[in-house]
Amino acid sequence: MADPASASPPGSRRVDLRTLYAESEIGSLLAELDNDLVGLEPVKRRIREIAAFLLVTRAREQLGFSSGAPTLHMAFTGNPGTGKTTVALRMAGILHRLGFIRKGHLVSVTRDDLVGQYIGHTAPKTKEILKRAMGGVLFIDEAYYLHRPENEKDYGQEAIEILLQVMENQRDDLTVILAGYQDRMDRFFESNPGFRSRIAHHVHFPDFADAELLNIVEKLAHQAEYRLSEDARVALRDYIAQRRQQPNFANARSIRNAFDRSRLRQAMRLVEIGAEIGADDLVTIEAADIRGSSVFATALPKSSS
Amino acid sequence: MRLTQGTFSYLPDLTDAQISKQIEYALGKGWALGIEYTDDPHPRNTYWEMWGLPMFDLHDAAGVMQEVTACRAAHAQKYVRINAFDATHGWETVRLSFIVHRPTDEPGFKLERTEDRGRTIRYTLHAYATDKPPGRRYG
Repeated sequence: MADPASASPPGSRRVDLRTLYAESEIGSLLAELDNDLVGLEPVKRRIREIAAFLLVTRAREQLGFSSGAPTLHMAFTGNPGTGKTTVALRMAGILHRLGFIRKGHLVSVTRDDLVGQYIGHTAPKTKEILKRAMGGVLFIDEAYYLHRPENEKDYGQEAIEILLQVMENQRDDLTVILAGYQDRMDRFFESNPGFRSRIAHHVHFPDFADAELLNIVEKLAHQAEYRLSEDARVALRDYIAQRRQQPNFANARSIRNAFDRSRLRQAMRLVEIGAEIGADDLVTIEAADIRGSSVFATALPKSSS
Repeated sequence: MRLTQGTFSYLPDLTDAQISKQIEYALGKGWALGIEYTDDPHPRNTYWEMWGLPMFDLHDAAGVMQEVTACRAAHAQKYVRINAFDATHGWETVRLSFIVHRPTDEPGFKLERTEDRGRTIRYTLHAYATDKPPGRRYG
């Protein structure tokens, strides 16, 4: 006897997306993502899209439509400290919970792990890494180092070819995420057009706004069980504005380092007091701990001149 | 004569999907998978040739299956087996070992009797395949 679902005409079959949504973890996952990551709108949008696609794929399966595995290879580009690595680390967990990958582990590599040192060394090395990444995510940080145009004999090209082959033929087994700075990634893709076309998702990480950076510090402080006084918050806002003008500004990374240094200055201040101190003193970061930064020292003469 | 060695040896040959599941089981237990091949099927031949190094740090069967496929292609007329090694203290031994590939034609074994002192008979097995030099034994 024929299956009743396939016997009825195609237009009349129904599936409830809301039940499917409730069955999956998508809701809690997205909420968690919004909660944990500050800013990063383009990234969150793309994850929402992927989640929606999964839902639709499941619905299609229920109604008997074909559903091939989608290409999920991604490239993350953006300035230093915009959260590329942080998101990539979480991406394995996200894709696993969405059901796109089987295991949900992440293998994080750089050029050194893939490219060998002599002829015949590269292929086994790259394959070894690929085997370890099967069922999960292979994350290649600063992927453009794989390609060294100035050296024709560089073994990086061999690693690239093996990668491309696996990315194409074993899409079900492995998801590759490349990350790096925008301009260099663009040049890398230009010289390796095969890579560009095999990557379905190019996600750009924008710089953080000042308010977002402040938000990040507060999250960091909360995690480390510190509290920012009201004055400290004002000082921090000034600090972020000043730091942004200076060279080598690395978004969240710079700000995290600043927070770590202010903890050192707070400790020094407390030790110098040397007397009995309360729990409040131990957890509070004052404006002085932030104003002590060399960023203000170098910035002040400039603004006064 | 069909060679029966290791786990599942009295079952029909496992399909790739079944092999995958066994590998998943071994990986789940934290065992390291190794692939070995030989053309000397004697049961006391414990030293098979290694196909690459044992694979530690794997999470998914796809990586092992890839090597199994490669080994089968390179040694189509030999025996290929998978060993799962348990490195935990107190075990430190192979916990699971099964054949995943065999030559198309298996000539089998001859039972050899040697007469010893006092008309004692000692028995040993001799694989017909090993009459030929290594590399030319099957097919």
